[in-house]
Amino acid sequence: MEYLVLIYEPEAAWENMPEPQKKAELAEYMGLGAAFPDRVRGGHGLKPTRTATTVRVREGKVMTTDGPFAETREQLGGYYVIEAKDLDAAIEVAAKIPAARRGSIEIRPVMTY
Amino acid sequence: MGALHRAEWGRIVASLIRTTRDFELAEEAAQEAFAEALAAWAERGVPREPRAWILTTARRRAIDRIRRRERSREHEAELAVIAELARSVVASPDDAREAGGDEGADAGAAALDDDRLRLVFTCCHPALAPEAQVALTLRTLLGLETEEIARAFLVPTATMAQRLVRAKAKIREARIPYEVPPPERLAERLEGVLHALYLVFNEGYAATRGEALVRQELCAEAIRLARLVVELLPERHEPIALLALMLLVDARRPARLGEDGELVLLEEQDRSRWDRALADEGRALAVRALRARPLHPYAVQAAIAAVHADAARAEATDWAQIEKLYDVLRELAPSPIVELNAAVASAFVRGAAHALARVEEIESSGALEGNHLVAATRADLLWRLERREEAARAYREALASVGTAPERRFLERRLRACEGAEDEERARREGARERC
Repeated sequence: MEYLVLIYEPEAAWENMPEPQKKAELAEYMGLGAAFPDRVRGGHGLKPTRTATTVRVREGKVMTTDGPFAETREQLGGYYVIEAKDLDAAIEVAAKIPAARRGSIEIRPVMTY
Repeated sequence: MGALHRAEWGRIVASLIRTTRDFELAEEAAQEAFAEALAAWAERGVPREPRAWILTTARRRAIDRIRRRERSREHEAELAVIAELARSVVASPDDAREAGGDEGADAGAAALDDDRLRLVFTCCHPALAPEAQVALTLRTLLGLETEEIARAFLVPTATMAQRLVRAKAKIREARIPYEVPPPERLAERLEGVLHALYLVFNEGYAATRGEALVRQELCAEAIRLARLVVELLPERHEPIALLALMLLVDARRPARLGEDGELVLLEEQDRSRWDRALADEGRALAVRALRARPLHPYAVQAAIAAVHADAARAEATDWAQIEKLYDVLRELAPSPIVELNAAVASAFVRGAAHALARVEEIESSGALEGNHLVAATRADLLWRLERREEAARAYREALASVGTAPERRFLERRLRACEGAEDEERARREGARERC
């Protein structure tokens, strides 16, 4: 079954990270696919929320605002798309994500129509 | 029939869930099978293997229900489920009598135990909210009716029904696996299971809201489940520790409420009303649990309960031993409540003033804000130190957040006693002043 694994953590943590640690963590992120070859289908790190734009359409009017959907203490920093046989298999992958040690990882089943 | 239902419901539902992975379907099929059994056996008598009869019938009803569903994307999967169910169904329910035999019955029983264990771990999966874990466990493993569970936890039946529906939906939609966790995760997941049972027992023993302080049926169900887990996981010591704790605490229940339904403190309980058989069984289990490593907090709590059980009269309580056990618990599983209980125990060894200082420290940390027990404990210590005015203030504080009616009445009686003593004191002082 497909799951979306959403990575939330305080952006400042990543931005203020010393270079060596950043490199090491990046390697972990890149390496997750190798650690779970049959599960990780894809994923991306996202640029910080200051680059975000939110679009809403109300009564036919397109409203564009600067910033992410919601101001929260932890921000969406990236995601993986994984294929896993059950929730426990998905949790195994999520637990290996570096941000899990500081932030929160949300696991959401992907809808099938 | 009631006894059979209680004994077999969990096994039958667990087996059906294993094959169909559908909680609703499993429960409905089981329900139908029991209803059929009631009718058929009234006429033809109870078969030699009642469990096999009901299981077979339930599998048939499950097949019927799946067939009646509209064709869906899951059709292929459903056909596979029907095939699996059919493989285990014999020609007629009466054949189950012959087909089983004693050997067949044992092999069947072992498989059903495996299924029940899977079910326990599924119901108590950490991805489900704690209240959902508790509700689902009581419903699917013990076959308690939604209404019964609702009443036990003092929520409307519709709320409990919703809770169960959502829990099952989560299991289905997020694909929570139906299995016993692998060895490397068993200890951690078992903690979750035991914690859910502990919640059930605690709710039954010291209800957080409502009229009755002790809801007997919840304690009984928690103990039943704990016994089941002990039986299904004989190599683990943690379930033994929990069962020991439950039995030793439950042994005191008959003395906990007075004839008028009023709360009776441990030091005032009529110990002749304690259930000695239960206490003895609990003590034996506690001894086993205390030998196991790593030492589990439940084992230490059981040991404390055993020390109380060993005292024929309150005055004979070995408080020094209890204090030592709390010191162990404070290391093993520190928490504000453990600190509070440790402070209470220390009062008997080092005096109320010493204990009061510790309680005040706990309070200033803010950890137990909104919990009436801290204020009530402080009040009790001030009462013992005969500082009546301060005790009265503390009792009023406790009353602001107390949850159950018997506890409220107890606090109110103490408050009145304080105020009565205050009035006496005041009258004496004024009388003295006048005479001067």
